[in-house]
Amino acid sequence: MEMQTVKFYQTGTFTVGNRLLAEDERSVQANMHRTNSLNSGHRACQGCGEALGARYAIDAAMRSTSGELIAVNATGCLEVFSTPYPETSWKIPWIHSLFGNAAAVASGVAAAMRVRGRSAVRVVAQGGDGGTTDIGFGCLSGMFERNDDVLYICYDNEAYMNTGVQRSSATPPAARTATTPALGREPGNVFGTGKNVPLIAMAHSIPYVATASVANLRDLERKVAKAMTISGARYVHIHVPCPLGWGSLPADTIKVARLAVESGLFPLFEAEHGEITGRTPIRRKVPVTDYLRLQKRFAHLFNVADEPRIARIQAIADRNIAKFGLLETPAHG
Amino acid sequence: MDKPFAITLDVGSSLANKTGSWRTSRPVYVDRLPPCNHACPAGENIQSWLYHAEAGDYEAAWRVLTLDNPLPAIMGRVCYHPCETACNRGKLDESVGINSVERFLGDEALKLAWRFEPPVRDSGKRVLVVGAGPSGLAAAYHLRLLGHAVTIIEAGPLAGGMMRFGIPKYRLPRDVLDAEIQRILDLGIELQLNRKVSNILDTMHSGAFDAAFLAVGAHIAKRAYIPAGSTARMLDAISVLRGMEGEDKPLLGRRVVVYGGGNTALDVARTAKRLGASDAIIVYRRTREKMPAHDFEVEEALQEGVLIKWLSTIRNMADEGTLTVEKMRLDDQGFPQPTGEFETLETDSLVLALGQDVDLSLLDDVPDLVIEHGVVQVASNMMTGHAGIFAGGDMVPSERTVTVAVGHGKKAARHIDAWLRGGRYAPPPAHKLAAFESLNAWYYADAPKTTQPVLDLARRASTFDEVVRGLDESTALFEARRCLSCGNCFECDNCYGVCPDNAVIKLGPGKRFEFNYDYCKGCGICVAECPCGAIEMIPETI
Amino acid sequence: MLKQIEGSRAVAEAIARCRPEVICAYPITPQTHIVEGLGEMVKSGELANCEFINVESEFAALSVAIGASAAGARAYTATASQGLLFMAEAVYNAAGLGLPIVMTIGNRAIGAPINIWNDHSDSMSMRDAGWIQLYAATNQEALDLHIQAFRLAEELSCPVMVCMDGFILTHAYERVDVPAQDDVDAFLPSFEPRQVLDPAEPVSMGAMVGPEAFTEVRYLAHHKQLRALELIPKLSAAFQARFGRSSGSLVKPYRTEDAETIVVALGSVNGTIQEVVDEMRDAGVKIGSLAICSFRPFPLEQVRDALRHAKRVVVIEKCLAVGLGGIVSDGVRNALSGIVLRGYTVIAGLGGRAITRAALRQLFRDAGNDVLEQLTFLDLDEGLIQYELEREAQARRSGPTAEAILRRVGTVASQVA
Ligand SMILES: Cc1ncc(C[n+]2csc(CCOP(=O)(O)OP(=O)(O)O)c2C)c(N)n1
Ligand code: SF4
Ligand SMILES: [Mg+2]
Repeated sequence: MEMQTVKFYQTGTFTVGNRLLAEDERSVQANMHRTNSLNSGHRACQGCGEALGARYAIDAAMRSTSGELIAVNATGCLEVFSTPYPETSWKIPWIHSLFGNAAAVASGVAAAMRVRGRSAVRVVAQGGDGGTTDIGFGCLSGMFERNDDVLYICYDNEAYMNTGVQRSSATPPAARTATTPALGREPGNVFGTGKNVPLIAMAHSIPYVATASVANLRDLERKVAKAMTISGARYVHIHVPCPLGWGSLPADTIKVARLAVESGLFPLFEAEHGEITGRTPIRRKVPVTDYLRLQKRFAHLFNVADEPRIARIQAIADRNIAKFGLLETPAHG
Repeated sequence: MDKPFAITLDVGSSLANKTGSWRTSRPVYVDRLPPCNHACPAGENIQSWLYHAEAGDYEAAWRVLTLDNPLPAIMGRVCYHPCETACNRGKLDESVGINSVERFLGDEALKLAWRFEPPVRDSGKRVLVVGAGPSGLAAAYHLRLLGHAVTIIEAGPLAGGMMRFGIPKYRLPRDVLDAEIQRILDLGIELQLNRKVSNILDTMHSGAFDAAFLAVGAHIAKRAYIPAGSTARMLDAISVLRGMEGEDKPLLGRRVVVYGGGNTALDVARTAKRLGASDAIIVYRRTREKMPAHDFEVEEALQEGVLIKWLSTIRNMADEGTLTVEKMRLDDQGFPQPTGEFETLETDSLVLALGQDVDLSLLDDVPDLVIEHGVVQVASNMMTGHAGIFAGGDMVPSERTVTVAVGHGKKAARHIDAWLRGGRYAPPPAHKLAAFESLNAWYYADAPKTTQPVLDLARRASTFDEVVRGLDESTALFEARRCLSCGNCFECDNCYGVCPDNAVIKLGPGKRFEFNYDYCKGCGICVAECPCGAIEMIPETI
Repeated sequence: MLKQIEGSRAVAEAIARCRPEVICAYPITPQTHIVEGLGEMVKSGELANCEFINVESEFAALSVAIGASAAGARAYTATASQGLLFMAEAVYNAAGLGLPIVMTIGNRAIGAPINIWNDHSDSMSMRDAGWIQLYAATNQEALDLHIQAFRLAEELSCPVMVCMDGFILTHAYERVDVPAQDDVDAFLPSFEPRQVLDPAEPVSMGAMVGPEAFTEVRYLAHHKQLRALELIPKLSAAFQARFGRSSGSLVKPYRTEDAETIVVALGSVNGTIQEVVDEMRDAGVKIGSLAICSFRPFPLEQVRDALRHAKRVVVIEKCLAVGLGGIVSDGVRNALSGIVLRGYTVIAGLGGRAITRAALRQLFRDAGNDVLEQLTFLDLDEGLIQYELEREAQARRSGPTAEAILRRVGTVASQVA
């Protein structure tokens, strides 16, 4: 009888854990003794994707470095909800300096570790999309170009959330924000040219760039772990839904993130030294409307059945799918 | 460290901030009833034994399975597995091959000679079981485990009932049957063969039994009036199948016609083929869609060369073996109606497979019984109108399958036990059904069903070797792991992982999880992302 | 060791002897030679165990220093003018976090109009950022102050700016005594951070603080400066004890004993002032001067003590508080609260305008005669102003002022790109 490769529902697949796998093959988040780097008691909104993404990423980095990790945080929701005096949710050495300088501060920490002979201690910088793609972009690019030994993680919730949901350069077309209201003939954000920071990071030829999503924990952890095996500048861009800013249900945070991936709007890929080396294929392709409909920030597209602009968004997804080959199955399973 | 005031903080201090107070509704863990369990006539806890099988702990799986059903190797062969029809995985790709895993476990148990644990304490009560078919054996097993002394009285020469005299060997090898029966008897159950109970009250009285469970089965073949010549060879299916168990196999000839559309008709036709018939023809009044026999059996029979004449009734049989067959048509209600078109069919013998009746003579003198349509009426606790006499299997109103019979045996045993203690058995409250909609199917990887290897046709035509073979370990494991664990936590760690507030406490292997309501903000992500629908959101009360 | 070197080089050598571990460099005149010198020393291996990082902006320069310092490394950077403004946010932040970074400011004017020459507008703009600000009067003092600055910064956990006049000091070749490494090592112990990012003892630095504690945090920042008032003279004395020369301290009175007129100033202009004081003293004028070395913390008491017996005070300022007058004067006035004397503010040396002895002599004479305006612009070309004001009054679209003036003055400066 022909044998099938044993690929069953609980193993090597999509759930957080798997009681059938050896302990060290399970995800970091499945571990009873995971760091919980970002601890309970933080003040993120219910269902905050950024809080989740941050714990996923930092716990993974903590495992990879055996706890020898220092984090630098840009101003933003993550910083504000985690460290309001007199309480901090962080369990790791952590510093917040400014909105736009996380990458540079991290470079400084890394330099200090190097010069003080503590190269085993690794450095993570993290910020929101605003702190990364906009105001912190100069420092980020500088850190990349110098190839400083820093992993920069961007938690992309597609707007300036901490200040009340204003548009950033990562805000998608048509999305309603406080500064791109759903008013007038072209409600919501403009259809600009976009600013794909992962691709810009690749243009720096840094050793490692990856996109990840809170909807795919194992993929995310693998990428962070991979990043931690590499020295030099690394960039991981994580898609983290924000129920408050997107007008989605708190319970739907992961679902929304998943649909972003499955529609092709948020492609998952990785690159080394400027070349794409991997993509996570779409498992069950969905139309962008499945994703858009769950979010009030896109409600105006449906209130008036704005087919042309929905089609333009679909075209963006289709372009991503073609560009990154998201429907091809990977060479090895 | 000399920390500057306010700007530099001690790590982890946010634990002082109990964000649980933000919550308006709270998640709670629930167990829901998996549709397979729900559909199992024997009340097997399928999801639960698959859970152990998934981990490769087959003995644990077998032990959980046999809490409800002592005959897994048999069941894995003859059960029509309504569980698989109900299985939620069917909505994803194909239902889990529950039956084949059950068989694997049953076979594994026989191979490794796993035994049942005998009861630790005897109750001092004596229970009589009449009939050693599936229902009687199951009842005896459960009653014994509950500590009662059990005696089975069986009219036939061997235990097994319809499992032996109604199901051909190629579907149920006798060594399997014998071994599973013996394992039950090994619990210390007395079996008296070749003894027919003619008066139940006398037998109970003389044996000082406190209660009785009757499961005598339905062994009297139903007849249809077919005018026939005196030398026409007309037999009934039950005698043919029973004859297969004896020394002298029935003589059916080279051309055999079987009349009927149930599984028994198919069994006889296939048996005839194996006995050397060149033609085995089933004559059935209606169409394939209307046929009560299971589709897979029809398929296997057709593969083996059995012919089926649809929409046909037999009008008479002449001496030399010429059958007159009338073509039928289905009316608007789907009932067959004569067309007046006739044809003839040559045959050496005609086997009637039109169903069976129950021999109720042992109840003749029992007062307060209700008998309707030839079967004994029982209350919801399986007790007949006469206190202390319970009944089950084919002799009570229900579907007549081995699995249903086994289920009756278990159910009756629980009620008899309660009755003997002067109480009533109250089954635990049923959980809400784990509907497909309550699952988050995203988390299950695609994994189509494994098919069981099938004996090649050449051998099937001539031997009584088992047609459907078992799974080997790896395929059984694969199959077990396809289970979605509907409605029951399988410790996938999703809730533990996806909580943005680390408000899920992982208790360790086998211990599942707990919510930490001090920090749970009630976002509901855990509920949405639980693959098997084992978490529910309930409003917070203040 | 005595060396005849450029001021920037002198500072670089002093910094190198302080064993910095992370140096962030970004070019801007007139500070550039300092980091160039350090870069050379790191590259050649002369300055070992030091990361020299070429960053992409001053904002990054100080941010990298912040990270390095928080992670326990002795961090240094230098900037001037536009660069200081570009890093402004980080300047406040470093102080707020209490990170003992030392930064040299090669004092330079701020545009527009863009101007590369010296005045104090840049460092004055950051006077309330929470840093300690020390102003060097000479290249030797600039060199010495950097050595004291590290110790001061690290003892207090507070960043220190050493301000030295652009070109006048940074580009001047003078003889300086460069101390021996052993002596610096003895004076400046290795960096023991008050708080540090370390996985062995994790803390969260840079928390968000609300109204419930913000005032206290700010008060503590102020308190730190008050402690600096005590520490600075002590360190200066300790420095003198080891190196045999007096450098730094809070204020430096010069011939103020019986002075009726006292001139107050910051930085290199004190040299010229003292020369004029000497001349006038020789002519029998009771005049003295007071160099303020520590502008933040502002030594109210010491200034008061030095000035209280004078009849008048002339404050020479290299920075204009537009719409008000002088910034240093404000502090002086504050120090003299309750004491009645005449006070004059003189705005001088803006954008590199030379402050000549002649001009000062005239100025002090006028002051002595109390014929000075309260606010005086030294060497202001009244005619030019008159002309420009009239021109502007004539037409709404009168064009840019700076260019118009340059055209009229026909100065070589117009050829500076
Ligand atoms: C220099 C500066 N400009 C503006 C702000 C105000 N600000 C603080 S957080 C924030 C938004 C952060 O957005 P993003 O980086 O996307 O993170 P998010 O809050 O969305 O996670 C803004 C605009 C600031 N703190 N500093
Ligand atoms: S606003 Fe959005 S990103 Fe910020 S805490 Fe709330 S959910 Fe998270
Ligand atoms: Mg954002």
